[in-house]
Amino acid sequence: MKNLSIRKGMVPIIAVVAGFLLGAIIMLIFGYNPIWGYEDLLSQAFGNSKSIGEIFRSMGPLILTGLSFAVAMRAGMINIGMSGQALAGWISSVWFALSFPDMPRVFMIPLVIIIGAAWGAIMAAIPGILKAFWGTSEVIVTIMMNYIILLISTYLVHYGFNQKLMASKDSTIQVGANATFRNSFLTSITNNSRLNIGIFIAIIAIIIVAIIFKRTTLGFEIRAVGLNPNASESSGISSKRTIIISMLMAGGLAGLGGVVEGLGTFQNFFVQYSSLSIGFDGMAVALLGENSPIGILLAAFLFSILKVGAPGMNVTGIPAEIVNVVIASIIFFVGIKFVIEKILPQLPKKVAKKEGEN
Amino acid sequence: MTAQNVIEMRKVTKIFGEFVANDQIDLQVRKGEIHALLGENGAGKSTLMNMLSGLLEPTSGEILVNGETKKIDSPSKASKLGIGMVHQHFMLVDAFTVTENIILGNETVHGGKLDIKKAEKEILELSQKYGLEVKPDALVRDINVGQQQRVEILKTLYRGANILIFDEPTAVLTPAEILELLDIMRNLVKEGKSIILITHKLEEIRAVADRVTVIRRGKSIETVEVEGRSSKELAEMMVGHSVSFVTEKKAANPGKVVLDIKDLVVHESRGAQAVKSLSLQVHAGEIVGIAGIDGNGQSELVRAITGLQHVESGQVNVKGQNVANYRPRQITEMSVAHIPEDRHRDGLILAMSVAENISLQTYYKAPLSHHGFLNYKAINRHARELMIEFDVRGASELVPASALSGGNQQKAVIAREIDRNPDLLIVSQPTRGLDVGAIEYIHKRLIQARDEGKAVLVVSYELDEILNVSDRIAVIHDGQIQGIVRPKDTTKQELGVLMVGGKG
Amino acid sequence: MTITTIFQILISSMLIYATPLIFTSLGGTFSERSGIVNVGLEGIMIMGAFSSVVFNLTFAGTFGKATPWIALLFAGVIGLIFSLLHAVATINFRADHIISGTVINLMAPALAVFLVKVFYGKGQTDNIQQSFGYWDFPLLNKIPVIGKIFFKQTSLIGYVAILVSFIAWFILFKTRFGLRLRSVGEHPQAADTLGINVYLMRYSGVMISGVLGGIGGAVFAQQISVNFSGSTIAGQGFIAMAAMIFGKWNPIGAMLASLFFGLSQSLSVVGTQIPVISSIPSVYLQIAPYVLTILVLAIFFGKSTGPKANGINYIKSK
Repeated sequence: MKNLSIRKGMVPIIAVVAGFLLGAIIMLIFGYNPIWGYEDLLSQAFGNSKSIGEIFRSMGPLILTGLSFAVAMRAGMINIGMSGQALAGWISSVWFALSFPDMPRVFMIPLVIIIGAAWGAIMAAIPGILKAFWGTSEVIVTIMMNYIILLISTYLVHYGFNQKLMASKDSTIQVGANATFRNSFLTSITNNSRLNIGIFIAIIAIIIVAIIFKRTTLGFEIRAVGLNPNASESSGISSKRTIIISMLMAGGLAGLGGVVEGLGTFQNFFVQYSSLSIGFDGMAVALLGENSPIGILLAAFLFSILKVGAPGMNVTGIPAEIVNVVIASIIFFVGIKFVIEKILPQLPKKVAKKEGEN
Repeated sequence: MTAQNVIEMRKVTKIFGEFVANDQIDLQVRKGEIHALLGENGAGKSTLMNMLSGLLEPTSGEILVNGETKKIDSPSKASKLGIGMVHQHFMLVDAFTVTENIILGNETVHGGKLDIKKAEKEILELSQKYGLEVKPDALVRDINVGQQQRVEILKTLYRGANILIFDEPTAVLTPAEILELLDIMRNLVKEGKSIILITHKLEEIRAVADRVTVIRRGKSIETVEVEGRSSKELAEMMVGHSVSFVTEKKAANPGKVVLDIKDLVVHESRGAQAVKSLSLQVHAGEIVGIAGIDGNGQSELVRAITGLQHVESGQVNVKGQNVANYRPRQITEMSVAHIPEDRHRDGLILAMSVAENISLQTYYKAPLSHHGFLNYKAINRHARELMIEFDVRGASELVPASALSGGNQQKAVIAREIDRNPDLLIVSQPTRGLDVGAIEYIHKRLIQARDEGKAVLVVSYELDEILNVSDRIAVIHDGQIQGIVRPKDTTKQELGVLMVGGKG
Repeated sequence: MTITTIFQILISSMLIYATPLIFTSLGGTFSERSGIVNVGLEGIMIMGAFSSVVFNLTFAGTFGKATPWIALLFAGVIGLIFSLLHAVATINFRADHIISGTVINLMAPALAVFLVKVFYGKGQTDNIQQSFGYWDFPLLNKIPVIGKIFFKQTSLIGYVAILVSFIAWFILFKTRFGLRLRSVGEHPQAADTLGINVYLMRYSGVMISGVLGGIGGAVFAQQISVNFSGSTIAGQGFIAMAAMIFGKWNPIGAMLASLFFGLSQSLSVVGTQIPVISSIPSVYLQIAPYVLTILVLAIFFGKSTGPKANGINYIKSK
């Protein structure tokens, strides 16, 4: 039994190492020096307090979208719509913040959180309801929703927003001091990074989600429905209701991720041309973190290091996109964990055999 | 004159990891005989035959076909040697036609295109020769179980099988279809085939087999001529000790009506009526057994009563209240318990702990939870107590339910449902796939519930079980109750007639 | 603007936008019919688009007018290689199909943009010189009315795609290979007992989807976007999947569904030229294909009506 859990715990570590190796191989193929590349990445990431601040800044939305995917996964749903849900949270929270520039901060912050999360939840409710009542595949519906929300958000920015709120054709003005997630203390200790209270919101979210799943009847029901919807129905748990609730939670978390991006990272909204990367990165975070709260925290930390450090690789001329290749590779190795778990026990045996031969 | 052995298995052993499924088994099958393999569930009969049909390879031992040692390492190899398997769970593609299923893997091709016409001709010839009527262009999902089995048989004959292995072939057939199958087997033997029949049904062995080899716990015990052996003798050989077929019980003392079903109509998934204006009553302190062949509305009936399926019309009265179309939890809260027919699909969440499974019906109430927060100490303690009381054997209440054996899983479900002290207990296929010991225990427990004044409704496809346990037997056919009889006053034959729609 | 001209614009642009979907949805059909869900078609299209553009930019001088066609073959090979990742992960390594497919969707744009920057030093390639232009069918385009609508100023590769879908239908339903492929997607255990190599069949299905998906991406890049960047393929792979489901995993059905979705996509582009449609705010036309996909899936399809063993990993026990 213990052997098995050690084996399982090694999987994320091996996946990470393998992912880095694969990235290194690709760099080598195209004539780059992977050691310099990774060195530049790390020195960029940890080089000064500003970039360390950026790492924690980046972790906020990633933790939230990671939790979003994990919560949906617990219910047996594959939520690929986090980009759209986050975008909905972002645009709605910024719009609200800009529309009420005089609202006291003590009301604005909670309200803007609620509104952003709510819009994310609504966007997720659509695939949730379709899945619960008609069995429609949430995979494709959530992906479609991403594009729909993307196009509508662009339309809203161009035609829906009051001109007073616009700084240019494609972007709004900055949100006021009453709504921003930035905090002068945080900004000062990190040499003007974009670090904001989003990371704390994310950590609170981790704690709440963990409690829900370990200790509450709701968490019990979500796990039950995700593991066996039939037996859950027989036990009186409404799988329809549970699926919808879990999608609402997932959408709310992703929406919250968008709020943090909007009011913390960028402090405004601007037209997006493709799905928000925090959506897919959140999925990667959840998979690497094996849907567990601590795992998500650590995975978000790792991916933030990669994202923040990537531009540093330009020094040796390596395009920053290699980092996304590394992330995708890591997830690939997480995906084939069955193989990794099988191979693992062989290694100590082979080492022992070799030593025996000597 | 010794007839030649067409199949010989010498000291064949199969080990899976640490589990010895077959232990030095010897088997000889003569040409032209029907040789039965008798054993309980899990004795190792299917494993042995899977090696003969090429799905598994022996860990050690020899297999001889027509006197020559052969290595049968794939189903196609077995097929080339003339060995064909008619599987218990049909290996048929529902979406394909009969012809496509038969020729799959052995297709006749003309100019790059499948030659369906030629195949159909050959199939019709075969079907006439052996009396296996089929419609070549019918879709497998649209034909009935008996016809599907004939397609399975034709698959082997199409490939020139001379030795046919039948794995528990009568489990899903009506009594009439069983008689037809036994005839088909006699026909096949007349045409020179040899048959190995895997079964635990004693009357079928006595009806059609020449010799029987008994397998117990992975070992071959002995091989005897069937003629002259009684069912009791065969059963004792199979189990290893004397068996009583009947559970001891006192007479029933029925009280008030607890479950009163009136004119119930339930549709099945494709919209046709599965339960057609059915009426039935179950009293406190009695066990009513519903006998019938799979597919005659029992599943829909049970699901409708327990709130899992929509009731079109009619009433389901529990203690006087009509609960038709109530949600499952509303019904369970009226002191109704349900042991579902598929414990893996509907009864347990295998990945969750035993304790969590035992709490599935009650986790939302005190003392197991307060204001939405679970009390795991209470949940685990309660589970430990129940595991002792109901003899559920497992490492602890914390292991996942998947770690328990089938019998213990079923006991866990029973523990959960009976512990709630229901007034009405509905049980479907309570002992499916379980060994004799577990079966005995579960039957005892049901009778105990009845003696404590509960109303018990049992649905089973096993006539022996129904006869053993019920106070009254209601036979269901085509969605309606054909007749209600007392076990003492009826025979299996009479039940069989009712089960296919005849009048008693 | 005459009715004939309106139809001509509609039909030809429908065909242009549908062609990538036809190829990709055919690929998806083969993969899923063998039992492997391939959500990674989007990523494969991206690799197909990327590789065809690179090939085209590099070899346009050598091959001239034939370049886009040869680039299709190249893209097919690249798609095949990429799909092997998915095949190995799901067939040999028992990975979850959706996750493996999503890995492909993450990997492809990252790798493609990375390589664009490595090769060209910028995030978007130049425009290709040799694209799939408009085609006039000789003789046929002289037929009054019909000729103008269907055979003039249309897409040749589009008609090739339709031809390929008929060929695919024949292969899937009338040949031995097709029967075995489908059996493996419906009941792999039954196929195994009959001596069919389940792994081999599933590999075939996935590899075919890789080739066709790569070609689909290449058609899009060389006919519609005429360059490549990170946002060239925006959901077409998923829409192709929806077309496959809408077409009930039947090549002809997938082709017709692709035409439908192609029409919907093209309306948002050419709609401005057509009266009535030009007065609809463009955002509705833009979201129409995606909304339609959701509606089609929700209304017409409850739970799986696809191959019975689709998405379930087959594990041989020995």
